[in-house]
Amino acid sequence: MKDIPENYKFLSSHEWAKLEEDGKVTVGISDYAQDQLGDIVFVELPEIDSEVNQGDEAAVVESVKAASEVYSPVSGKVIDVNSSLEDSPETVNLSAFEEGWFFKIEVTDISELENLLSPEQYSEHCQD
Amino acid sequence: MVDFHGWDMPIHYGSQLKEHEFVRNSCGIFDVSHMTILDIKGKDAKEFLRKLLANDVNALERDFDGMYSALLNETGGILDDLIAYKLESGYRLVVNCATRELDISWMESQLGNMDISLSERTDLSMIAIQGPLALDTLSKCFSPDASNELIKRTPFQGLMEEGTLVTTTGYTGEKGVEVMIDHEKAKTLWEKALVCGAKPIGLGARDTLRLEAGMNLYGFEMDEKISPLECNMAWTVSLKDKERDFIGKDSFKLKKETGEYHVLKGLLFEDRCIVRSDHEIFMDEQKMIKGVVTSGTYSPTLKKSIALARIPPSNLKNCLAEVRGKTVRASIGEPKFVKEGKIVFKNKTS
Repeated sequence: MKDIPENYKFLSSHEWAKLEEDGKVTVGISDYAQDQLGDIVFVELPEIDSEVNQGDEAAVVESVKAASEVYSPVSGKVIDVNSSLEDSPETVNLSAFEEGWFFKIEVTDISELENLLSPEQYSEHCQD
Repeated sequence: MVDFHGWDMPIHYGSQLKEHEFVRNSCGIFDVSHMTILDIKGKDAKEFLRKLLANDVNALERDFDGMYSALLNETGGILDDLIAYKLESGYRLVVNCATRELDISWMESQLGNMDISLSERTDLSMIAIQGPLALDTLSKCFSPDASNELIKRTPFQGLMEEGTLVTTTGYTGEKGVEVMIDHEKAKTLWEKALVCGAKPIGLGARDTLRLEAGMNLYGFEMDEKISPLECNMAWTVSLKDKERDFIGKDSFKLKKETGEYHVLKGLLFEDRCIVRSDHEIFMDEQKMIKGVVTSGTYSPTLKKSIALARIPPSNLKNCLAEVRGKTVRASIGEPKFVKEGKIVFKNKTS
């Protein structure tokens, strides 16, 4: 499995959040999650401009094995979605931490990121 | 790896989707040694199977030919689905591993005073080689005589080569064979096939391949409460010989005459979601008339969500399902999506 990038934060339900330089937060699912799901065949993305709260269901990822909800690690407004995943959902399998991102959020409270798991904590969580 | 009824089996060897596509375009090799092989010998073998099976083994004329059949209980429900092959002496049944114990005890309970010996061939492995290039691969693994013979065979025929039974059967909708072979020889065959370009295929792709081909899986499309009429298996029930009495015959005929049963159809969804087994299907906007999905998956060939479903007979072209709070629509057609690499599903009424 791929190394977890240092500046990423996680929910225990396997979503990552990355604070970008422009202050926006990018969200995706971890490499561990894509590996557990197997071949991903459908991705359902949130609507642009929709509001989400931390922990809300914001997207759905479906693999040959199972469908699972993707929860938003932060609260705010969805300002962008990775619509290329609709035609190429396998991108999530190939590049979960980079090209396979799901959506970007304009966060309401940046301090919410502090509630999330660090790469070390998340990695320990995956080993449990 | 997963525990599949006591067998350690891989879901995939890397990517389920790639394995699926490889079988459709090239040649895949499957270790299906979990299947239970039973040899039925003795003076009364034929009589026994004519009573036991819904299909009639009397139609097997040549040695090593096979037929698909249901094993019915008295009420016409399906205890198992199997393939019966005629051997030089006696018959061979290949049954599911999940139903192994129940099948064997059912058969033993039906023996009565008949002269029958029933033996499980745990000394044999079973390997399937499937795909448009399967016969090319085989020609490199078997003697030229055997491969020339195999090319001439139509589906459900076979030959015996040095104790190895090779039959033109499979569970993918592609050309290919299934091979029942001594364990040591199986290893050699496996390695040879890989050298010839075949790739190993796991349980995951085995399931999506059979679903696209519209083939049933025991425990999903059928079980002991489901009649062959309800799972597209009526064609395997032979009523040709009116004198033949087989287990479940009366119940089957009665149900057929009343016409009151649901039927197995294929569903194709445009929405981006898989409608999996046990999911409810609705025939009307009011969601009052219901059916059920028996198996659902993502079809790598159609690149869409497909399902097999047991639904009330109708001339409707569409039906509905509810997924994550959203109503999705499916086209209804015959339960077959892909045959030999080509999409054959048609949205039609019956």
